[in-house]
Amino acid sequence: MVNLSLYTVRAVIVLDGEGNRLIAKYYTRGPGEQSYKTLKEQKKFESELFGKTKKTNSQVILYDGQTVVFTASSDVYIYLVGDPEENELLLLAALQGFYDAVCQLVKYDLSKRKVLDNLDMVVLALDETIDDGIILETDANVIASNVSKRGVDTIDVSLSNINEQTIIDAYKQAKERFNLALLR
Amino acid sequence: MSWKKDEDTDELGALMNLDQSTVMQEARVFNETPIRPRHSRLLLAKIIFLLYRGDKMSTTEATDLFFSITKLFQCKDMSLRQMVYLTIKELSTVSEDVIMVTSSLMKDMQPKSEITYRANAIRALCKIVDPSMLPGIERFLKSAIVEKSPSIASAALVSSFHLFKDAKDAVRRWSNEVSEALNGKALSQGSSFFGGGSSAQNQVVSNSKIVQYHALGLMYAIRQHDRMAVLKLVQSFSGQGKSSSWMGGSNPTLRSDMAQVMLVRYAVRVMENDSSLLPQLYTLLEEWMGHRSDMVSIEAARAMCQLRDVTAKQLTPAVNVLQQALSASQKPTLRFAAIRTLNALARTHPEAVQPCNVDMEGLITDSNRSVATFAITTLLKTGNEASVDRLMKQMQGFMAEISDEFKIIVAEAVRSLCRKFPSKHSVFLGFLSGVLRDEGGFEFKRAAIEAIMDLAKNVPECKEAALAHLCEFIEDCEFTKLSVRVLHFLGEEGPLTARPTIYIRHIYNRVVLENSVVRAAAVSALAKFGVSPMADASLQRSVNVLLKRCLDDRDDEVRDRAAWALRMSGCNQTLRDKYVRDDSTFALAVLERKLVEYCADPDASSKGSFNFESIPRISRAQEEESRTRARMENMDAVLTGTTISAPSGSGRQAGGTESTEPGTPGIGSGAAASGFMDSFEQQVQYASQLNAIPELAVFGEQPLVSSAKPVELTESETEYVVRCVKHVYESHIVFQFDVTNTIPEQVLEQVEVAMEPEEDIEGVLQPVVVVPIAELKYDQPGTTYVAFEHTDPETFPAVSFACTLKFIVKECDPATGEPEEGDDGFEDEYSLEATDISAGDYMQATYIPDSHTLWESLGVDGEAVETFALASFDSIEECVSKVCDLLGMCPLEGALKPKSKAAHQAVFTGRWLGRTRAVARTRMTYQKGAGVTMELAVRSEDRNISELVVSAIA
Repeated sequence: MVNLSLYTVRAVIVLDGEGNRLIAKYYTRGPGEQSYKTLKEQKKFESELFGKTKKTNSQVILYDGQTVVFTASSDVYIYLVGDPEENELLLLAALQGFYDAVCQLVKYDLSKRKVLDNLDMVVLALDETIDDGIILETDANVIASNVSKRGVDTIDVSLSNINEQTIIDAYKQAKERFNLALLR
Repeated sequence: MSWKKDEDTDELGALMNLDQSTVMQEARVFNETPIRPRHSRLLLAKIIFLLYRGDKMSTTEATDLFFSITKLFQCKDMSLRQMVYLTIKELSTVSEDVIMVTSSLMKDMQPKSEITYRANAIRALCKIVDPSMLPGIERFLKSAIVEKSPSIASAALVSSFHLFKDAKDAVRRWSNEVSEALNGKALSQGSSFFGGGSSAQNQVVSNSKIVQYHALGLMYAIRQHDRMAVLKLVQSFSGQGKSSSWMGGSNPTLRSDMAQVMLVRYAVRVMENDSSLLPQLYTLLEEWMGHRSDMVSIEAARAMCQLRDVTAKQLTPAVNVLQQALSASQKPTLRFAAIRTLNALARTHPEAVQPCNVDMEGLITDSNRSVATFAITTLLKTGNEASVDRLMKQMQGFMAEISDEFKIIVAEAVRSLCRKFPSKHSVFLGFLSGVLRDEGGFEFKRAAIEAIMDLAKNVPECKEAALAHLCEFIEDCEFTKLSVRVLHFLGEEGPLTARPTIYIRHIYNRVVLENSVVRAAAVSALAKFGVSPMADASLQRSVNVLLKRCLDDRDDEVRDRAAWALRMSGCNQTLRDKYVRDDSTFALAVLERKLVEYCADPDASSKGSFNFESIPRISRAQEEESRTRARMENMDAVLTGTTISAPSGSGRQAGGTESTEPGTPGIGSGAAASGFMDSFEQQVQYASQLNAIPELAVFGEQPLVSSAKPVELTESETEYVVRCVKHVYESHIVFQFDVTNTIPEQVLEQVEVAMEPEEDIEGVLQPVVVVPIAELKYDQPGTTYVAFEHTDPETFPAVSFACTLKFIVKECDPATGEPEEGDDGFEDEYSLEATDISAGDYMQATYIPDSHTLWESLGVDGEAVETFALASFDSIEECVSKVCDLLGMCPLEGALKPKSKAAHQAVFTGRWLGRTRAVARTRMTYQKGAGVTMELAVRSEDRNISELVVSAIA
């Protein structure tokens, strides 16, 4: 049956070069029965899928009744799982968007090491690409720009800085209060 | 910027082996003041990593964690805040009281917050919000939907889509805003009122225009039940409202490819069932096929291929688009999409796909295995005799390079080709024997020898050559199972050839050289040569000599078989035929169920031994047919991952089990005969369903005679959809009604079917039990039963029943399906089409071996003959399958496949009430204009029964 809703992605899986899970997100909101409920079923699916797709550069496969698009970069495999009837190219657009955005964020040459080192960015990029099974954005530049960079721990800052900060803060707070009051 | 800088001990491995309790300990950092944003963000990432890795978190742990995370809202750091949103979303499904952060999120949603803040806050808020709180945030969501920043608009639209399931009414109220977002007015607006707030961040402009995709999706969800509105939506974007641009309003366009894909789907959905709109749909699809994006053109082409009643000519543009996509060398996914569509199309319109044959042949060696598999299976359907040689040569070329798994696919493919083009047998046989000599695993070799056996069976000219290849194969076969299989086959086919002795030599070699399992199989095969009616005295003698030698074997099974075979060779021909050359077998599904029941029943052995008579029998040929068909379907389904379902117009047919859907006709023939096999599988399912109901399980102790095919008692698009299945027991008849409620606003209670006989059945059929459906919710099929006792075993009434569905209706909330409080409902009824019992229902369709002898021995005493003039049939084929249905008997080989259009003979066998054997012979002739004239002769052990059977046709 043709999918008429926006729920398109059933799962996103990132595996390492041995087929071990780095990140896996199975979406539950979409219509129909969720295929892989328990961790055991999920892991089984992942390892079988990995067995089928490692050492190929084929981009797409029908596996276990699902359309799966995937991409690999050195020792990282990224899979996007969709409906059996889903438009492969649509899924691919989302996968490509996510992959390119992650590559941008980790400064290219994606590897397992880089995924783990930049875990915060990778999970945020995923969140900016897919929202509970709905493709949120496919443009890699937008995804990457929506992911904030790490801040710094400003523990010992100079006195003058603090003063300035507090004044601005106080102003902001006052403005917010005022706004809230207006909205009520 | 690595983890190492932050925590010196954190190695890569340490992260992989991250321990949940350690992280929980570390989470105390969140309570420190001042907050360390960087440190906290990394820790949150670790928590998410744990969750994504699959670790389970208890509710208490999650709640504790959640509350310490809420403290992080005090920190204004952007990078930390984003991670906080994500963590809240992830924890919202595990933790309690997530509602606590509502106010913090609301604050971030305010128009003056930064864009990333706002988009993320909206999405997070909608995850935790309760539908009852929706009015409080409705205003913000509405303004966010029309926000000029795409991120915010998308976030709001997507969140609304999530909410739609639980809060349909609220989201419906936003349709004006959604429509504004869809038409892109918001995008072209000048600086928004709150522009100052968002200018702080340098927004990267999205090229995907994905807002339209989200808006269109939500719009459709809101309007999906309003056909006209959807139609208008489709037309407004399809450039068909051109006149409106005259009037000044610019025609809205879809700039998002993904939105365009959705539009194709909506268009098909809303237009394909209306014949007046079909031409318009064709034009639209054709136009969309030329879209610059592959995504859209493939979607349109695919939609075109799935349309019902489309002709091969109309498909030409679609096939052209797909053909071009096949040669997209840089895009495996595009090739895949195209070949997958063509593969599905080849099932319904093989002739339309033929122009792509050459392109597909090029794909057999594609680096993407799925593409190659699709190419092969498609070529099987579209290929013609001329291309076979080329195809085989190509396959031979790459056999050595491919994996075993793929070799199996090739072997299966060749097997199907053999069936399709028997005249090319020498090419196939050469190929198969060639690959048998190569290295390969069990499954692959099995597929190859099965293919050779198929050839031997179906193409008489090459039988000897095929058997010779098999003999050669077992000379050096490492798989015991395969040796046994081949030996059995040699035993079946060898005796019928002109020179059986050559095979005997090969078989006896196995007795000398192999392990005990193979030796036993070889002895059985030898025995078949000995008792064959073709065997002359000298052959029998030499077989006996060989068998006698086997009496000294080390293994007792081998000795037993040899002794038994020797004893058989002394018996007369009838007995031999019965034991050694039986051509019938049990319907395995039924046999299995009966045996399981027998074993499960503690006092079964006291009731006597297992009754084999009650198991329907089928011929080996039928068994073979059904296996072949199952294999063909498997080949399509398993190898390519899934079946591509038929175009769906009326949505999922409720209650329609898979077995009732028409199977794809297998290559070759015999779909009808295997449909007959399916009915046994179906019976097994029914029987276990019936036995699960206490009121009906008592009947289950009697053998189930037959279960008829389901009959629709309503149109498929009415308020209540009802199907009836009849189950006939020795002394009971059970009517099973599968009911589906198609009204979302109603819950039915106490659903049952009242059956009024149209003739007097007093003293013959006695209603005994009615099993109602307690509660029938929308779209959840339920089953009610009505059972009759057959009190007079001498008469078999053919009677019609007027059926009425009776029930209590209660209004309910369509969203929850719960009936409204205090609604006692009212009684209502709904009349159904009549159902009837006819003579065919009392018949158990079972195969009786050697029906010819039975026919002779029954003689004319138990015969009933009648001639019918059936003017309403247009062909013999149609008539014979109708007759088969009415008689409820098992068609013998060829019965359903008339060879000539003018005259046909068919034989059916069955057992009346599972006991009395009956054989029916029909002769029919067809003349254009006059219809079919049929003579039906039935013989059975009881003349009355013969007459009853004849009366089934009327």
